[in-house]
Amino acid sequence: MPETKDPDDDGVQIDLISGERMSGMTSMEKIRMILDGVHEGNIVILEEGLSPDEESRLIEVTMTEISPDGFNGIEIETYPRAKTNDSSFLDRLMGKESANKLTVIGPANQIETLHKDETLISALVSRR
Amino acid sequence: MGLINGLKASISRARDRLFADDEQKRIGIYGPPNAGKTTLANRIARDWTGDAVGPESHIPHETRRARRKEDVEIKRNGKSVTIDIVDTPGVTTKVDYEEFTEFDMEKEDAVRRSREATEGVAEAMHWLREDVDGVIYVLDSTEDPFTQVNTMLIGIIESRDLPVLIFANKIDLDDSTQQRIRNAFPQHETVPLSALEGDNMDEVYDKIAEYFG
Ligand SMILES: Nc1nc2c(ncn2[C@@H]2O[C@H](COP(=O)(O)OP(=O)(O)O)[C@@H](O)[C@H]2O)c(=O)[nH]1
Ligand SMILES: [Mg+2]
Repeated sequence: MPETKDPDDDGVQIDLISGERMSGMTSMEKIRMILDGVHEGNIVILEEGLSPDEESRLIEVTMTEISPDGFNGIEIETYPRAKTNDSSFLDRLMGKESANKLTVIGPANQIETLHKDETLISALVSRR
Repeated sequence: MGLINGLKASISRARDRLFADDEQKRIGIYGPPNAGKTTLANRIARDWTGDAVGPESHIPHETRRARRKEDVEIKRNGKSVTIDIVDTPGVTTKVDYEEFTEFDMEKEDAVRRSREATEGVAEAMHWLREDVDGVIYVLDSTEDPFTQVNTMLIGIIESRDLPVLIFANKIDLDDSTQQRIRNAFPQHETVPLSALEGDNMDEVYDKIAEYFG
């Protein structure tokens, strides 16, 4: 992970992670990187998002890390997929349907989605 | 690793062949908390086997373990399909035990429930990746279907190429609208129903037989 912030600092750290950086990582490495960031109170923005399978594992690992009075999960937002979804299994197999969707992930107790539509995600981030 | 996986694959192929005739499809009932998944699972189980799957409740996360009802035989137009129904906990990306204390629960009880809820959601995701052959995705038709969890879950289901039916539940309520759900997931068939009142169950069973038979 990038340098962690100064503990005295009461700002909110935002990590913007490029598709290029993610492309060399395994699914578990991506999930670990995201959750480590979120545990520290950071907002993690992925240029290219996760695959459906990685999203499923992210939910699963998030659940195992929730604890009372501690971490209570994540808020995750991506743009909704295009409404005309007619990509076939073959397309997906060939990687034609890219996961290429900006994804914002943050600690559930610090980030609140105010508005979301196909072209805009508006979120309120609070300090801890 | 490769050897064991190869072995597993060939065993499962053999098993598939063995059971090819009366192959039992395992149908997972997914959807957000409180959509009516357990109410639906119970109705299906009661209609065709005589007994229920588990308790329904207005308290979110009442179902904290995936519950399975095996050998539910649904008879349709002279044919019959046999399925296993798996009622799952509602999927979410966050669980706060304080949600439970709002329902007059002691802290200790709320903490225990939230821990069970998180385990249940993890388990439900696992079932989705490994153990179900088809999905009924239940939505409360009085609520906005365009949520991140719904979009992600439908995406996960599609990526696994599982047959999926979307159920627009609670059509007995005044502010129910199916159209919003159809607009949100136009690539899938939406079936309106009231699991509580038993409205439109004929179409529900027709579609189950058609999709999962
Ligand atoms: N009005 C109405 N309420 C329903 C319907 N189906 C379920 N409910 C209610 O919604 C609440 C949640 O139901 P439950 O089956 O426990 O939801 P689950 O969390 O998805 O398993 C309960 O209070 C049910 O009685 C329906 O078709 N109409
Ligand atoms: Mg339930």
